[in-house]
Amino acid sequence: MNKKVKGMLAMGITAFSALLCVLMVLWILGTVGWYGASSLSWEFLTQAPTEGMTAGGIFPCIVGTAALVLLMSVIGVPVGTITAIYLSEYVDRGSIVAKWVRFSVNTLAGIPSIVFGLFGLGFFIQFGGGGLDSLFYGGKLTWAQPNILWASLTMALLTLPVVIVSVEEALRNVPQELRSASLALGATRWETIWKVVLPNCTTGILTGVILAVSRGAGEVAPILFTGVAYFLPSLPQGLDSQFMHLGYHVYVMATQSADVEGTRGIQYATTFVLLALTFTLNFSAVYLRAQLRKRSIQ
Amino acid sequence: MDTRKEIPEGLRRRFRPSDWIAAQIIRLVAVTSLIMIFLIMLFVVREAAPVLKTQSHHGAELSKSSTSSESGEESTPAGVESYGETPAVQETYGEDPASKDTSAATTAAVQDDPYGTPGGSMSADEIENTKVEEVPPFTFSNLFSTSWSPVSSQAPSFGIWPLIMGSLKVTFVSLLFAAPIGILAALYTTTFAPKWTRDFLKPIIEILAGIPTVVLGFFSLMILASLLQNIFGMDYRLNALVGGIGLSFTVIPIIFTLSDDAINAVPKYLTEGSLALGATKWETNFLVVLPAAIPGIFAALLLGLGRAFGETMIVLMATGNAAMLDPVLTNPVRTLSASIGAEMAEVVVGDLHYSVLFFLGVVLFAFSFALNAIAEFYIRARMMKRFKGI
Repeated sequence: MNKKVKGMLAMGITAFSALLCVLMVLWILGTVGWYGASSLSWEFLTQAPTEGMTAGGIFPCIVGTAALVLLMSVIGVPVGTITAIYLSEYVDRGSIVAKWVRFSVNTLAGIPSIVFGLFGLGFFIQFGGGGLDSLFYGGKLTWAQPNILWASLTMALLTLPVVIVSVEEALRNVPQELRSASLALGATRWETIWKVVLPNCTTGILTGVILAVSRGAGEVAPILFTGVAYFLPSLPQGLDSQFMHLGYHVYVMATQSADVEGTRGIQYATTFVLLALTFTLNFSAVYLRAQLRKRSIQ
Repeated sequence: MDTRKEIPEGLRRRFRPSDWIAAQIIRLVAVTSLIMIFLIMLFVVREAAPVLKTQSHHGAELSKSSTSSESGEESTPAGVESYGETPAVQETYGEDPASKDTSAATTAAVQDDPYGTPGGSMSADEIENTKVEEVPPFTFSNLFSTSWSPVSSQAPSFGIWPLIMGSLKVTFVSLLFAAPIGILAALYTTTFAPKWTRDFLKPIIEILAGIPTVVLGFFSLMILASLLQNIFGMDYRLNALVGGIGLSFTVIPIIFTLSDDAINAVPKYLTEGSLALGATKWETNFLVVLPAAIPGIFAALLLGLGRAFGETMIVLMATGNAAMLDPVLTNPVRTLSASIGAEMAEVVVGDLHYSVLFFLGVVLFAFSFALNAIAEFYIRARMMKRFKGI
């Protein structure tokens, strides 16, 4: 075997692996798109499930998912942004505190999502909710049970690393000259951050939010026992009510519903909606990030 | 210090409360993420604490029971009394009807799979085959018995070996697929591929990374499982192989992205030096670039491994969820994470079962934490040294 053939073979193997990845993506998207689009309709998106979940739509799931990610962002994004600011503006890259915070962020990103669910149950529901109940409600079971607030808090913790990483990248892209100029004009560090640095990285923060939302919309394991419900007759009324969720709906309908075979259409269509949602979010994040990079190069 | 004296009073940096407060708040919030790690560990361990107590408490009792289990045909009267009694020992002999009952109950009661792995009796046979000598000498508690049947009516047993075995099997399969594909695809993207291919491949992988795991689980359950069964004609439609391949969909993007970074970080002069010495492009890429990136790739594998080990939704939907202790890849498995996911919603808070599930969480947490720490400190340091040393 001469060198040329060997070279072709070596390159062929790697190219084949890359091709395999592409085919995988196309296969998954194609299947879900093909089966999902056929049973999708306007009524499906705007109606509640009917006839014992075997007919009707997924409107409550869409509302529940939206409420969850909204609450999650409201809680998680400020915390993530501030941590990123701390990491990039307040401490040296090599300092010990920065190292440890960074390590814990990385660890946080690596913890299995189901463990976050356990933490939500043990800390938020049992400890936090239980504490609230015994303090303010005389032990009456009010907060010490799964609800949308605890699920959102759990999810916020899960998506924290996503926010931190993208905001940090955005902060790094703000030219150092801007900071120096602002400081030289007599602005304090905080004034510089608030009035000069942050306005220049809103796109980056937005990217972080979108990525976090996309992750939060698709993740099911952490909410399995911190707030999601199989079926609810009404939409969530407040922070202490449970909610329905697109991802959980897919899981439950595909594995535990009364009529698994008969509801294939619903399952595929729900999956399709979930995919469409996360993709829209991801693509806008990719687009924004490209814009950000373009601007920072100029 | 000297220069400071020369600065006139009015130009000196003043102490501003607002600035100081802002800095303190920011620091506080940032350190919260550090505290969160401890809190997660603390509270998961706290809820699991009853298990650890039981474990030490029943140690002596257990060794007694396992020596006498030879004679104990009927496990029911002893088993109900205390949690510490291990029914697993009696169960696995499998001759008496009671044992068949319990192991059938394991598969039936905790079954999430609508297709049902064909019958509980089959899995009872499987459990019979795995004899007790599997139990290592340091098992001093129920927790390390060989059977997981937490909702059994006779005597619940919480042996986590089948679950760990399940997790390992699924992780092994997923890495078997994901590692070569991810690394080679990354090598192709960074070295061989023309620019337009690169610009096209990276977003594709990002798409794969962005697909929610529940969708991948659904896909594995519906499409992949049927396809594999049609091809290989396996006894069980949902098994470790299906779950593992399904998992590799999430592991590939991780391994790809991190390997890509590692290969990109290999200094250009290595490539140029190799090419200048007359090596061909593929020789350079495979024999110079790839070995140089090994520490980074190893870190990628570790993080991929951690992801596969802890992933929940895919394995929950696509592995059949029957706790069996055997190395056969085409049998259904129940993993640590899937057990938590499937059973946590049904347990009574504060129950032993509840605590055991939290203990599984502790195992998962410890595993991912260890992997992350290794990847973070050891590998990074090695990579740095290596590139500086070259």
